[in-house]
Amino acid sequence: MIDWAPIILTTKLALVTTIVLLIISIPLAYWLAYSKSRIKPIVETLVSMPLVLPPTVLGFYLLMAFSPGNSFGSWLQDVFGIRLIFSFSGLVIGSVIYSLPFMVGPIQSGLSGLPNSLQEASYVLGKSKLKTLFSVLLPNIKPSLLTGLVLAFAHTVGEFGVVLMIGGNIPEKTKVVSIAIYDEVEALNYSNANMYSLLLFIITFIILLFVYLINGGYLKRFWK
Amino acid sequence: MIKATIHKALNTAVGSMKLNVQLSIESGQLVTLYGPSGVGKTSILRIIAGLLSADSGQIEVDGVFWLDHEKKIDFSPQQRKIGYVFQDYALFPNMTVRENLEFALEKGQDKNIIEELISIVALDELQNRKPNTLSGGQQQRVALARALVRKPKVLLLDEPLSALDIKMRSKLQDYILKVHREYKLTTILVSHDIGEIIKMSDKVYCLEDGKVTKVGDSLSVFTDNRLSGKFQFTGEVINIESEDVVFIVTVLIGNNVVRVIAQESEIVDLAIGDKVIVASKAFNPVLLKV
Repeated sequence: MIDWAPIILTTKLALVTTIVLLIISIPLAYWLAYSKSRIKPIVETLVSMPLVLPPTVLGFYLLMAFSPGNSFGSWLQDVFGIRLIFSFSGLVIGSVIYSLPFMVGPIQSGLSGLPNSLQEASYVLGKSKLKTLFSVLLPNIKPSLLTGLVLAFAHTVGEFGVVLMIGGNIPEKTKVVSIAIYDEVEALNYSNANMYSLLLFIITFIILLFVYLINGGYLKRFWK
Repeated sequence: MIKATIHKALNTAVGSMKLNVQLSIESGQLVTLYGPSGVGKTSILRIIAGLLSADSGQIEVDGVFWLDHEKKIDFSPQQRKIGYVFQDYALFPNMTVRENLEFALEKGQDKNIIEELISIVALDELQNRKPNTLSGGQQQRVALARALVRKPKVLLLDEPLSALDIKMRSKLQDYILKVHREYKLTTILVSHDIGEIIKMSDKVYCLEDGKVTKVGDSLSVFTDNRLSGKFQFTGEVINIESEDVVFIVTVLIGNNVVRVIAQESEIVDLAIGDKVIVASKAFNPVLLKV
């Protein structure tokens, strides 16, 4: 029988990461969609980097930065008493950076796709930017929000390189499913590896199917 | 009373253009900005609303400066308290008709205004529908009602009727006139339609190339002063054909097509698509009830 701890850990990591990402991505995507700042292309590039960079590169630099042997890592440890390396919080930070484009991208394109007049109409009606964002803009890009949420969640579930680099392979702490699979294969436990793999396969299939059903309006039609 | 002096360099489809206008509008007047596309009409409305910043200028409304470039006063759109009807209506798709109106309420404002506006623009039956299930004319009425919820003193209408057919237009013109009078609004309308302008406005500003070329009451601006016609209509030339020694000009006036005989000297400047006035001087028109 397989050990369920990696599965629980993966779910927890993906949930926490998705929530943190949502909170960070809304203001970031808003800024990217509406700002005319000169540094915008640079920020856009940085946000998209994890799409093309090997996860190990990201993981390596995070490992370097967080390591207590380094100034930033030791400062974190001395001042806040946090050690990000080989810990769950470290994994969350790594995953957030790694999955950032999957959340920011859909929200940004959703916002850019809305007619400007919606925002202007709200301002002219005396509503603040914040009120406009939450009452007018976000409710009208629900499909983009859902896409972002699900992609970020699924992408975190499937992550391997970053987690291995900064989290290592500590059972119940940083050993997520993708690493558990690798572990079982190394130990020649193919049936266990198969169980984990099959589970990931089914979970991601269901999640993505769910998004396409909702965004394609299939469910709505079915209910009607 | 609205006094505005606006300077702004604009980049339009046909190149850059300097917007340089002065407007002076009495309270309670309905004023139209008229001119070809890309002449800066919408930009003027947007600058008055605070949605577009002017390079320099002043906007004074009832003694309060909304914009004074020299004194660095520039009210945000939120502070200006105007009603604005967008060309694409800009209704919020996530809210019902009623919710769209309620969204516009100010904190602590009496909700009765919603019922009042819904009944003025006859939206009772539609109040729980989402905007994308409504026709263009219905959406337009929602947009008009929503713009009035905060009881603004100034109403800005950006070609509100351009997407509607003639019958619907005429109905909505009546709605606009009704709220304009009922709420004692000062209204600025952007329009291309001379018939509409003559019907609705007290005063018209003709714009060309970012400048005001003519100001006055709508009838005298659009009808030549040399003419003292007993009855006259504006229409569009849709055909010119020569018949022996004379020419026959076909003119579309509203929904009706009329054919007018013209001399060669009269048609030299005329081309298909031109706006013309059809007037009669010597004869008394006959009215027949249909």
